[in-house]
Amino acid sequence: MPPIDPAIPPQEMSASYDPAILSYIQRAAADGLYEIRGLGAKRKIPHFDDLLLLGASMSRYPLEGYREKCATQTILGTRYAKKPIMLDMPITIAGMSFGALSASVKEALGRAASALGTSTTTGDGGMTEEERATSKILVYQCLPSRYGFCPDDLRRADAIEVVIGQGAKPGGGGMLLGQKINPRVAAMRTLPAGIDQRSACRHPDWTGPDDLTIKIQELREITDWEKPIYVKIGASRTYHDVKLAVHAGADVIVLDGMQGGTAATQQVFIEHVGIPTLAALRQAVQALEEMKMKDTVQLVISGGIRTGADVAKALAMGADAVSIGQGVLMAMGCNASTWTTPSGEPVDATGDYQTLGASPGTCHHCHTGHCPVGITTQDDVLEKRLSPSWAAHRVQNYLQTLNMELTTLARACGKNNVHHLEREDLVALTVEAAAMAGVPLAGTDWVPGSSTGR
Amino acid sequence: MERLTFDLHASSVREINQFLHQAVPEPGADLVTIEHPDGAHNLAVGLNAPWQVRIGGHVGYYAAGMNQEATITIAGNAGTGLAENMMSGRVHVRGFASNSAGASAHGGLLVIDGDAGLRCGISLKGADIVVGGSVGSFSAFMAQAGRMVICGNAGDALGDSLYEAVIYLRGKVASLGADAQEEKMQEADYEAVETLLRAAGSDYRHHDPRQFRRIASARKLYHWNADARHSY
Ligand code: SF4
Repeated sequence: MPPIDPAIPPQEMSASYDPAILSYIQRAAADGLYEIRGLGAKRKIPHFDDLLLLGASMSRYPLEGYREKCATQTILGTRYAKKPIMLDMPITIAGMSFGALSASVKEALGRAASALGTSTTTGDGGMTEEERATSKILVYQCLPSRYGFCPDDLRRADAIEVVIGQGAKPGGGGMLLGQKINPRVAAMRTLPAGIDQRSACRHPDWTGPDDLTIKIQELREITDWEKPIYVKIGASRTYHDVKLAVHAGADVIVLDGMQGGTAATQQVFIEHVGIPTLAALRQAVQALEEMKMKDTVQLVISGGIRTGADVAKALAMGADAVSIGQGVLMAMGCNASTWTTPSGEPVDATGDYQTLGASPGTCHHCHTGHCPVGITTQDDVLEKRLSPSWAAHRVQNYLQTLNMELTTLARACGKNNVHHLEREDLVALTVEAAAMAGVPLAGTDWVPGSSTGR
Repeated sequence: MERLTFDLHASSVREINQFLHQAVPEPGADLVTIEHPDGAHNLAVGLNAPWQVRIGGHVGYYAAGMNQEATITIAGNAGTGLAENMMSGRVHVRGFASNSAGASAHGGLLVIDGDAGLRCGISLKGADIVVGGSVGSFSAFMAQAGRMVICGNAGDALGDSLYEAVIYLRGKVASLGADAQEEKMQEADYEAVETLLRAAGSDYRHHDPRQFRRIASARKLYHWNADARHSY
């Protein structure tokens, strides 16, 4: 580094054209095509970190953190299904496709979920045998692309999730670049190996909520009304979308906020489309309460849930459960500097990150298929970097930790059941978060906009 | 042959589907007639055995949806999503079909004697579709595998974003969709059309395979590239 010349005054950087925007313009000018990338939004937007829980003191009575019981059992799908889903914790694993993820990762997710008594979810690309065999409770997604969609699998599923949108890209379809399409992925999707697979942004056989009502009944008819039907919405016009999903007959609504991840989509979608998870959750709860459906239709929130505190705050705001995608990938080593051999030896992966133009902690290159730690890949050599048993153990530990943090926080708020957490237990740190979440600014009674509805 | 008749004036869709979700009890006891369907939705969906189902009128949405093995004949018209995601077997509609007929169907044969609405064969994944009349716009949109024989005309954007599915068209097309192109018919194409027309039944015998044209993917959208940016 050259010595700083005191004769040259410090240079100012443009606020409008900072290094990120400069690099965006230069890349667009070079390629003439928008950028595709993985993971979720990179910029900071209001989130659960902007809320605080009010632990009990005089006006509330806390429970003993290490001794008194705090229930976590969660039941989803009580509206119509003959066989609702019974979970041991209100934390589930979100839908991620085989194709985006390797078969080993799908297997690991199934093992971890089963060990914890919770569910995992298929994704765009259908159900793999490994996933069905290892998952005690498996939610089967019905996606717009209908890649690998099969009535036999519908009947083998424990619940069905009609995916309408994803938080990272409401209104957008998926894109799995050809480098990730090995013969097995291609065969499941009925397409040649090695070509880009563009998933549709809308379902092929219904176009609006009234059609969806009949479509949901078709799924119920085929499965003899046994399985809960979830409807997954990407958060945007959440208040109205939730009301329409209830009208269409959903047993469970899965709401994915803009902090949610993706394997590959346009960068402009990830950063500029949809609304934050916090804001979406409040609107969804309001819609359910106004319809008097709050205890009839369950609400699962996803999109950047990372910690037990996030889970506790989401439940306090009115969610019945949360769903996690990116967090479990990170538990398996996404963005870590090493991968782990079957004998437990860490192996440095920084060189592989550099080859992708990334580094541990800044990687978002899932779309390339060259995941340095073997998670989002179909490459034989890279996939072997992730052992399903090691990965399952890590995910199990991670979700178990979240559940313990959740119960600790619930007890501190005086609850013997995590589902008794309530909005009354929350305050906001910022005016923005108070307005979005509909809770008072800390130290005041002020809920911005509380008298003006949504 | 044993014959069982359901009347939708007396039975519910649920009762009929529940009955049809069992295996065929014994050889010869496979024929089921459904009377007075009167546009009911979700009729004969999710069948998974070689039933012979005859529906004596018009049906609503998703009739014969996700069919496996069964042969289902509908005497009237069919609503949206007819035989959607069919895996195998045969569905034959004597009248017209609404939007999205045969959507994402993986296998089997769908025959529509009349016209079909928008998006017929959308996301097709391997089934065969024969349409006696014309099809609406965006038919075979993103169709991945399988074949469509259209004896009449096609609306706008036929075969938009087509993958490996092939369309055989006898009449005129309003416009082809992105990445779809007309290709020269080969001997194998004439044979395919002949076979599919024969499979569709005696009403299709008078068509000459030499009158059909082949439409397939130009495969320019198979790889993410700047040269095709107008198409993204
Ligand atoms: S480490 Fe792998 S999973 Fe994580 S962002 Fe990079 S490519 Fe994606």
